[in-house]
Amino acid sequence: MSHVAQGRGRGGFIAGFLFAPLALYLTFVIWPYVQTFGYSFTNWTGQSPTFDFVGLDNYSALTKDEVFRGALWHNVLLLVFVPTITILLALFFAFMVNAGGRGGAGGVQGVRGSAFYKIVYFFPQVLSLAILAVLFGAVYRSDEGGLLNGVLTRLGLVDPQTPVEWLNEPRFVLWCLLLVVVWHGVGFYLVLFSAAMQSIPKDIYEAALLDGAGRAQTFFKVTLPLLWDSVQTSAVYLGIAAMDMFVLVSTMTSGQFGGGPDHHSEVMATVLMRNFLYFGKSGYACAMGVVMLALTMILSLVTLRATRRERIEF
Amino acid sequence: MGSTSAHGENSTGDGLGRRDLIKRSAALGLISVPTMSFLSACASGGDAPKSNGAKAAITKENPFGVAKGTKLEVVVFKGGFGDDYAKAWEAAFDKKWGTTSSHLGTQEITGKLQVRFNGGNPPDVVDDSGAQKIKLDVLFKSNQLADLTPVLDAPSLDDPNKKVRDLLIPGTVEQGTQGGKCVSLNYVYTVFGFWYSGKLFKEKGWAPPKTWDEFLDVCTKAKDAGIGGLAHQGKYPYYINVVIMDLIAKKGGLEAMKAIDNLEPNAFEGSAAALAAVEALYEVVEKGLLLPGTNGLTHTESQTAWNQYKAAFIPSGSWLENEQIKQTPDDFDMQFLPMPLLPDSKLPFEAIRAGAGEPFIVPEQAANKPGGLEFIRSMLSREWSTIFAQQANSLTVVKDGVDPSVKLRPGTQSAVTALKAAGENTFNYLYPDWYSEMDTAIQDASNELMAKRIQPKEWIKRAQAAVNKAAQDPNAKNNRRS
Repeated sequence: MSHVAQGRGRGGFIAGFLFAPLALYLTFVIWPYVQTFGYSFTNWTGQSPTFDFVGLDNYSALTKDEVFRGALWHNVLLLVFVPTITILLALFFAFMVNAGGRGGAGGVQGVRGSAFYKIVYFFPQVLSLAILAVLFGAVYRSDEGGLLNGVLTRLGLVDPQTPVEWLNEPRFVLWCLLLVVVWHGVGFYLVLFSAAMQSIPKDIYEAALLDGAGRAQTFFKVTLPLLWDSVQTSAVYLGIAAMDMFVLVSTMTSGQFGGGPDHHSEVMATVLMRNFLYFGKSGYACAMGVVMLALTMILSLVTLRATRRERIEF
Repeated sequence: MGSTSAHGENSTGDGLGRRDLIKRSAALGLISVPTMSFLSACASGGDAPKSNGAKAAITKENPFGVAKGTKLEVVVFKGGFGDDYAKAWEAAFDKKWGTTSSHLGTQEITGKLQVRFNGGNPPDVVDDSGAQKIKLDVLFKSNQLADLTPVLDAPSLDDPNKKVRDLLIPGTVEQGTQGGKCVSLNYVYTVFGFWYSGKLFKEKGWAPPKTWDEFLDVCTKAKDAGIGGLAHQGKYPYYINVVIMDLIAKKGGLEAMKAIDNLEPNAFEGSAAALAAVEALYEVVEKGLLLPGTNGLTHTESQTAWNQYKAAFIPSGSWLENEQIKQTPDDFDMQFLPMPLLPDSKLPFEAIRAGAGEPFIVPEQAANKPGGLEFIRSMLSREWSTIFAQQANSLTVVKDGVDPSVKLRPGTQSAVTALKAAGENTFNYLYPDWYSEMDTAIQDASNELMAKRIQPKEWIKRAQAAVNKAAQDPNAKNNRRS
């Protein structure tokens, strides 16, 4: 048998194995996208198989939809702040846990009790978003029964007659939600960065110490560059979380599928769902879906491009 | 420091490095995750209308032609009323007609049924209620609802000389009308207004207020006694809209109410009744007579606080007693109060918003449509109505439909008393069923008003804008009441 034929045979063999997953992927991922694209040009109500073709009407309506534009802006804000804050905190904690201790002559170590901290930090990741929503619902509760309000009134910082209505306060609501996401995420990324840090050879740190580098210098000159791939991956993952946010917003805030008060916590997914299931404007909602798809594609490309650096190997 | 080439073969050699793989799959995920969940919901079936099952000969006893041996599929919302009543009904139905019923009690009406409506194979009877109901205006626009007029004109089971429609409480048919057709039977009769604890009022020596000034007075006394005046379900502004809309209807009369339902250009803007109503409610906010924090509470949180005597009043419909049954102290003595009057009101104090809720529908594409229609007719018999009152502790739209031997709880009893006192003076808004988007927009505005972020005049402006927007709905021509 010739070399080429052998190669072909193997190719067919592999293709045979790839066919089933590919078919599933086409059916359950690609085909719905195509359908969504088609529906976005119709006035489909979502409750009946009949609809009319309306051309680009949905898209032109979308450009005038202030609620959707506001939601888009909120997604952008979250997109900037969620990854930045989560990664910075996780990096800081991971560094302290792994290399932040007093460096004796013997080597590099974390702060005291770091093994314990790792477990504690990871704990929020174990909770599902639904539990998280209930938990923080109790924290942000708008009367004295809420944890935050309870503490603040006992400290005399808040008048019990006018407690802070955290999730009903336009200035706070988005940041309250942001805090939940960050609280949820930091632990996971701490563990991720820890693992990456532990794979950095100790001798590099020792060399840095011998050269008289302080903690900050060690972090910025040694740790961060060697962790860059992990950070980049994290940014992309957190980008997903920031683009979605549907579960938290829809369960924690007021309004049909959340987004309240008065659209101040609206994200694209909540506007979409309200139009899709509640207002019976499913065709319009599909147009939103297409826009979201386009935006997330652009975003993921930009993220990977912008964070591309020269690889550092060790 | 670190070198860039020590393991260079990793990135250029055989295949992807582990990190690259993670990175790429992550990028893919970024695209697909947020969009996945709703996209999968988009897939609709083909449009294949099928014949509506076997049909028997139409007789006086069998006006829709239910055929023996057919199947009947019933889906009910399993909420505050449970679903035991429906199981009892189905058993009775099978016995009489020789059918085989299948039963589903669920809270996920949309999740379970949307696909089936799209696929053209819906169940035969649906109780379309709860937070996840499929909006009726949407179903109607999609031609998914069977016309129930034949049921209304069929002979009643209790008295074959009377039509079914003659045994219904006034307003039932209107409530189920979309675009001029009666497409849903709203089965549970509900009254709306304020609720208070008879025990608390007796203890404090407060009289139930009849005018808005008296209402403010009780609220002030409550505040002085260290408890909140008015509690409301802030996270769901639906409830505070009951107060606003009822004040408008009572002050301005039925004309003011119809102006809103009919999307008149002066429904809110330029309506003296509307402005007076919103300003009256805003006085409660301005004077600090709300239960602190109530604007951000859910319905269960605020209702439970009210059950704990932390507030004097709360607005709600008469499902409140059943909903709060576990949280209510035994001696609470729940009492209903019609909306107190503003000066120069056109309707009397006794007038109340009363309406039929819990819409039962028969899908147009139902496989056993005759069975579905017959099921609705049976629901409107005294026998089935009594079953409901016993199992679900609530009234139905059948006139005198409950056997007098059924004993009612204090809240329900007070609602029945109020209903009797109201007589013909009942009213009900239809816009929430007709125009979901307008309803939502007005709720948003009310939320802002209660939080003191907008003034009454701004509320009027926003409500009118919502009305004007709804007027562009193609259905606005058909949805008219007079």
